Amino acid sequence: MSASASSADSASFAARINHPAARALIERHRLRWWEALPWIAAIGGYFVFPGYLGFGTELLVAILFALSLDLALGYAGIITLGHAAFFGAGAYTVGILADHGFWSEPITGLMLAALVAAIVGFLSGLVLLRTRGLTLLMLTICTMALLEQAANMAHDYTGGFDGLPNLPIKPIFGVFKFNPLYNDTQYLYALAVLLVCFVFMRTLVYSPFGQSLTGIRENLLRMHAVGSPVRRRLIICYTLSAAVAGIAGGLWAQVNAYVNLSSLDLDRAATVLIVLILGGYGRLYGAFVGAVAYLALEHFLARIYPTAWQLGLGVLLVFIAMFARNGILGLGESLWRRYGGRRKPSATS
Amino acid sequence: MSETRLETRGLSRHFGALVAVTGIDFKLAAGARHALIGPNGAGKTTFINLLTGVLPASRGSVLLGGKDITAKAQAERVKLGIARTFQINRLFRGLSVLENVYIPVAERMGAAPSMFYPAGKRTDVIDEAMHLLEVLRLADVARHRVSELAYGRQRLVELAIAIGLRPGVLLLDEPAAGVPSAESHIILDAIERLPEDIAVLIIEHDMDVVFRFAKRVTVMVSGAIFAEGTPKEIEANPEVRAVYLGQAGARARDHA
Repeated sequence: MSASASSADSASFAARINHPAARALIERHRLRWWEALPWIAAIGGYFVFPGYLGFGTELLVAILFALSLDLALGYAGIITLGHAAFFGAGAYTVGILADHGFWSEPITGLMLAALVAAIVGFLSGLVLLRTRGLTLLMLTICTMALLEQAANMAHDYTGGFDGLPNLPIKPIFGVFKFNPLYNDTQYLYALAVLLVCFVFMRTLVYSPFGQSLTGIRENLLRMHAVGSPVRRRLIICYTLSAAVAGIAGGLWAQVNAYVNLSSLDLDRAATVLIVLILGGYGRLYGAFVGAVAYLALEHFLARIYPTAWQLGLGVLLVFIAMFARNGILGLGESLWRRYGGRRKPSATS
Repeated sequence: MSETRLETRGLSRHFGALVAVTGIDFKLAAGARHALIGPNGAGKTTFINLLTGVLPASRGSVLLGGKDITAKAQAERVKLGIARTFQINRLFRGLSVLENVYIPVAERMGAAPSMFYPAGKRTDVIDEAMHLLEVLRLADVARHRVSELAYGRQRLVELAIAIGLRPGVLLLDEPAAGVPSAESHIILDAIERLPEDIAVLIIEHDMDVVFRFAKRVTVMVSGAIFAEGTPKEIEANPEVRAVYLGQAGARARDHA
């Protein structure tokens, strides 16, 4: 290419790259100021509500689990009601290794949990992801039910119905012990794990790979027609999602020092789905908002109406389904567009 | 006559006892502007699906540049340069117009599997996508969600996604279908401005479009090729007029 042609090219290149649409895409992944808020709130919560750190730890685990589901469901559109399979795979990996004295170091334990869950995700994904829609949904439930029954029957390793209590988890870095009565170590540990996983997920969803997942979600047939190896992408996505769910499960087992069949059951899989729908899927922060909303509801409604608190949840879900298909965050976004959207966001960069 | 880009030999597809397409011997020349016409149910879209690998052939073969690609899957054929548009829009509806075009361009450039850098880092992909939108006069709506566009412009995005693959062979399945006639010229203008070396096969019902655009016309009836020739030959062919052009041709003359 001649010098003059390339300079003309670079001039129009600059013009195209500076088009508002191109700029929006180029800057899409940049951190916004409000993205600091959940982390500030989490650290603030540590100091302001020392009596709620157990609750807080549970919340952080729920966020991480919902985040893993968001990758599969929210970004790639993989309809699943069996995500607890991977949560449970991670939890039992940590539990069995620790209970039988093979491995109880927490951080490497989480890596092993991720690995095992990823293997389960990969193998089941090879079969499952040939299907779509309701068939896929049923098969994800089946996978989870098979694992649950396996865990129930392999009593010698898993403790069967009783699970594995009092797991001997080693202190973090050999220093910070998990205290069953005061959850400060657990809370900060869970927060750190969540942060690391979140950075990974955020990188992933804004990458070209993440963009292709949204393409699969929006129009699977068209993705085939643009030459995308759709099934391979879905399997990779499902495997990564399973790995993060496995970390969430492993974390849950570590901070509670026990594991039981509830880590693998339909109730857990349904709850994480509700959390994500409540918060809004396909937007990362839906997991945060949904988990806070769900656990807060559970916590406070259950105090007022111990027997019927789920009625309140049901009403809320009906409301979400009718008026806020994109969850709490989606509702907030459309309200912002309608009432606050005229103010152009000021230049922050 | 220039070299053959895409060829089929005895291509057939049966659905059980139903013969959708049978014994098609067809040649698409490099740089062709070729129209495929025929009554509803003639098997035109099935034929396109056989060319792109959406459907496996029951018999016969498909050759691209002389190489047999009959056994190749859809995605592989795209990589080899066969792209298509759909009769009914298949867009990434929730995404912006730019993202709709980013996806195929990223796929072609090999950027799409990358996980660890932001999509916006690939300014080469964005540059090409924006360039394509400029050529198709979609740059002003590049930021809009594609589902917010008027139908005519959505049809342009449908076209842009296929062109973003830089195909050697482009199959257009009724590109102006459903577009109000007042808007249909923007589609036709875009098609006429396609790079000359692309071999284009267009399925179209609108005879005005066919005779304006095509240098060569193939008529399909009941799953088989009925006639082939220049637009003039086809228009003058009394049998074609009888089975197909009768009403449409008469209508076209009434308009003139």
